[in-house]
Amino acid sequence: MSIAKVLGIETEYGIIATGVDSSPVTSSSLLINSYVSRFDGTIGWDFDAERPGSDARGFSLDDVFPQDIEMNMVNTVLTNGARYYVDHAHPEVSTPECRTASEAVLFDRAGEEIVRQSMDAAKRVLPAGAELVAYKNNSDGKGNSYGCHENYLVSRSTPFGELAALITTHFVTRQVFCGAGKVGSEFEGMPSSSVAFQLSQRADFFEEEIGLETTLKRPIINTRDEPHCDPMKYRRLHVIVGDANMSEVATFLKLGTTAILLAMIEDAQLDSSLVLATPVAAIRHISHDPTLRQKVLLDSGKTFTALELQDALCERAERYAQKFGLESVGEEDGKLILRRWREVIEGLKEDPMSMRHVIDWVAKKRIVDGMSERHNLQPTDSRLKAIDLQYHDMRADKCLALRANLETMINVEDALLATTTPPDTTRAYFRGMCLKKWPTDVVAANWDSIVFDIGREPLRRVPMMEPLRGTRQMTENLIAQSSTPAELVAGLGDQVSISSFKPTN
Amino acid sequence: MAEKIRKQKNSKERASTEDAVEAKVSSKGEKLKADLDDLLDEIDEVLETNAEDFVKSYVQKGGE
Repeated sequence: MSIAKVLGIETEYGIIATGVDSSPVTSSSLLINSYVSRFDGTIGWDFDAERPGSDARGFSLDDVFPQDIEMNMVNTVLTNGARYYVDHAHPEVSTPECRTASEAVLFDRAGEEIVRQSMDAAKRVLPAGAELVAYKNNSDGKGNSYGCHENYLVSRSTPFGELAALITTHFVTRQVFCGAGKVGSEFEGMPSSSVAFQLSQRADFFEEEIGLETTLKRPIINTRDEPHCDPMKYRRLHVIVGDANMSEVATFLKLGTTAILLAMIEDAQLDSSLVLATPVAAIRHISHDPTLRQKVLLDSGKTFTALELQDALCERAERYAQKFGLESVGEEDGKLILRRWREVIEGLKEDPMSMRHVIDWVAKKRIVDGMSERHNLQPTDSRLKAIDLQYHDMRADKCLALRANLETMINVEDALLATTTPPDTTRAYFRGMCLKKWPTDVVAANWDSIVFDIGREPLRRVPMMEPLRGTRQMTENLIAQSSTPAELVAGLGDQVSISSFKPTN
Repeated sequence: MAEKIRKQKNSKERASTEDAVEAKVSSKGEKLKADLDDLLDEIDEVLETNAEDFVKSYVQKGGE
């Protein structure tokens, strides 16, 4: 029986400083500090449960390579339940846990608004003429890539190897509708100009089918086993193979289609007939052909295009929905996912350009081709690469995606509200509302716990090992009736434990 | 904006004189072309003026 597909997105933004000398780490820290310093208390992150070196295949590299999280970097939790922090040399927004794909789109949009507000706030503290500019993309065009990761709650009882084998076809082919588009190639050993335009920002960077890495030899299936919830019941499938989307519908489809297919795998309703023979080569070959005619080889010996494989996956999902329903992704959302999925497949079959209001790579290619023709540009002209980069510019007055007439699902008022208000539907509600009500008494938080200072020793930790506990329905009254964290903790009774968290500042 | 209005007017005028089906196709094509022209006008306005410097200076560290 498939479980609720609680999900979220982590986006690392590209960042540049203009008019001031600043390292990327400093720029990222300044960007985030400028935003959070507008609020009273800055809430620290509790690293107790971080185990990025733990592998889903059953071994741990934690002792072999150092924690990739720098303790001294800015790292904060927001009242909407999100995490906003410096990861390596990039500002990163992790949305709160969401119950449906459309809710996650709302919080991804809220993340964009947070970054925009951060840029405005940073501008006010920087010297005149200087600014920090963030880009919601995944590569600099020079071989350096940064990620947009998705997370899905999956059942621990589904064998990981089976799940990995069956979902890979989707990860390789879904780029036909959720690729963000890129001018040129960054595949090692291949001249940039050998590919004029490709579907995906990220396809050039994948070298393995499966593995633990995220920065070197990137695998299509990432095996990081860090569930941030009850490890006996759940996994968090950490997906590193996607592009950051500017199109809200593309984000919705990327999350929604993946969530449905994962539910199908849990229900043993996706067979192995669509398994690819060489997924690493296939992801690149598909990306490098915007005509969508590239065929890829299956284990069965047959060859299909990415679009034909998407058609087959969608058809299986449609049949699954009739038989099993779509409760695991939310019935209403599920119907919308299937309808929009079918629509993009049929649209792409007929004429990819008909999907220019929905699919990022199509919208970007339309601008690139249009400008090439208008100004008679060579494929290597810098203006084309500039278009590629500026499509993702977070400044509203510069962003090309905002001018491409993309269909929206979220209105801006809702996105702004979601910058400070958590979703009702998951434990993120409890996290966000406690931070709102007691900003100075919450001394630390992370995905699966929150630590309170109740005015006397010791600190108290409230564990949140169930992603669907701590919802508005379950905790609104308790939070409203508690005037202090001490009362809240008393109300929670034996669910509360003593915390060993030591504040660093 | 003036440009856009003029183009839409032209396609309307044509629709009244040509065969209905053809006119529909042609007006759709005209509309697409006009939409793209408007978009490209806007891109020309906002695109970084020194594209070469911008592209060169956009360097990121690998992440994740």
